[in-house]
Amino acid sequence: MPDDPPRETAHWRADFPVLQQDVNGKPLTYLDSAASAQQPAVTRPDLVADYQRRDHANVHRGVHTLSQRATEAYEGARDAVQRFINARSRSEVVYTSGTTEAINLVAQSFCRPRLAAGDRIVITHLEHHSNIVPWQIVCEQTGAELCVAPVNERGEVEPEALYELLDERVRLLAIAHVSNALGTVLPVADIVRVAHERDIPVLIDGAQAAPHLALDMQSIEADFYAFSGHKMFGPTGIGVLYARESLLDAMPPWKGGGDMILEVRFDGTTWNDLPFKFEAGTPNIAGAIGLGATIRYLEGIGMQRIAAYERDLLDYMTSRLSEIPGMRLIGTAEHKASVQSFLLDDIHPHDLGTILDQQGVAIRTGHHCAMPVMDLFGVPGTARASLAFYNTREDVDRLVIALHQARELFAA
Amino acid sequence: MNQAATTGDDLRELYREVILDHARSPRHFGPLPGATHSARGVNPLCGDKLRMYLLVDDDGRIADATFEGSGCAISVASASLLTETVIGMTTGEAQAYFAALVARLSGRNTEAAAAVELGKLRALEGVKEFPSRVKCATLAWHALNSALENDDQAATTE
Repeated sequence: MPDDPPRETAHWRADFPVLQQDVNGKPLTYLDSAASAQQPAVTRPDLVADYQRRDHANVHRGVHTLSQRATEAYEGARDAVQRFINARSRSEVVYTSGTTEAINLVAQSFCRPRLAAGDRIVITHLEHHSNIVPWQIVCEQTGAELCVAPVNERGEVEPEALYELLDERVRLLAIAHVSNALGTVLPVADIVRVAHERDIPVLIDGAQAAPHLALDMQSIEADFYAFSGHKMFGPTGIGVLYARESLLDAMPPWKGGGDMILEVRFDGTTWNDLPFKFEAGTPNIAGAIGLGATIRYLEGIGMQRIAAYERDLLDYMTSRLSEIPGMRLIGTAEHKASVQSFLLDDIHPHDLGTILDQQGVAIRTGHHCAMPVMDLFGVPGTARASLAFYNTREDVDRLVIALHQARELFAA
Repeated sequence: MNQAATTGDDLRELYREVILDHARSPRHFGPLPGATHSARGVNPLCGDKLRMYLLVDDDGRIADATFEGSGCAISVASASLLTETVIGMTTGEAQAYFAALVARLSGRNTEAAAAVELGKLRALEGVKEFPSRVKCATLAWHALNSALENDDQAATTE
């Protein structure tokens, strides 16, 4: 058995009062962070409260003091994002409403003008719907073709099979960093290197990586990297598209409106500098500041430390789940992060979800917005327990007890 | 071991023996050759997918009913109980029954709904404590209703 969890866990947990409640008369065991992670109640300094109580005004617009303070907080958060993902420049950090909008932005602004019939976009079989449907839409618009790299029975993308698809017809490769349904971590830096040897740009859906791994854009060398605030302990409605500056420069705006322009005239309008060219309209100021505050909070713990802690906890969860008779683990890749999908006997995942909820255990059940993955494993859905650094072995033990109770209830 | 103490009375109410029995061994499961009506029921939240088949005779009476598909214990048991319940009913009776069941399970009981004798379907009443599962319990019934409604006359002539 691995060592006891580090003492800090108790301290981290205390930052999340939401976890200190009873649900259905049992202590809450929150194992659904992959759907949406809980937010620390207090970040110090409390940047969001400062902004809301003292500094609110529109950003980039006023000469008055409040607008300057709001702009400083909003742009300060962008600096935090740049540091957190090690981007070369703050111009490469575009705020979006989330991963979904970031991917749609790339599909419509980068791909659509470049695609013609006969061109291809390559994805993998383990993608979330938000890294499938935007490409289906742009393929429909342009006559391009969407090709899907296979995934093996453990839930891994086999690099050779993927590389075979990367021929001269491919205009973009779009892959997850971490699979939301299976937990598989893809070797993204290797994949990017091979794609770049063939002059193929790469988009990475990092929604499930940002909460768990230390991110380094300059080492991954991705062309586009998308992630969401609420999956990484920040607010909903805010996310980030990282993109290489040269690509953003060459891309037309996706949405038009205020703040994304330099000059508007009826005989021609000129675009604002990066990244503002892609941020039309009054943005989610509080969301961005909240994301920045969360990043500062995470930096105080250290993503390396979080990754190491979660690796231990995932190993513990996997081995405890494996001990349960009738357990079928879905997604057994060698490299995984923080997610385990499973089926228990022939109990439908939705029934499992209800039974576990009665024990205060919150898991996700269903297709996890990854229906092609479910088809691949021949199941209509799975139960999925997902971990964050605020989870403990006690949480895993409660999950296991509740699963035993489900078996008892359904025993013939 | 005292299971009620470990798993909770509400859960025992939800997963009554009759529900578990029908979920494990659904009755009238499979396609229905010669069906006059059929409709799909899909619950995208949990992936329940059912197809309901009905054979309505010339007198507007449901002579046979089957279903196929996959779903959670509640939706499969409900579909199975449905087939047992509606065979022999007129289409009008089946639709009145549908309306009463939906009203009672979703906590919008009316006098008309209360007047309908639910019989075996009382086993489904445990879902009232689980609002997220009411859709599972009523899925097959919605499919039955749309199967009947899609036919211009049969649903309303009674």
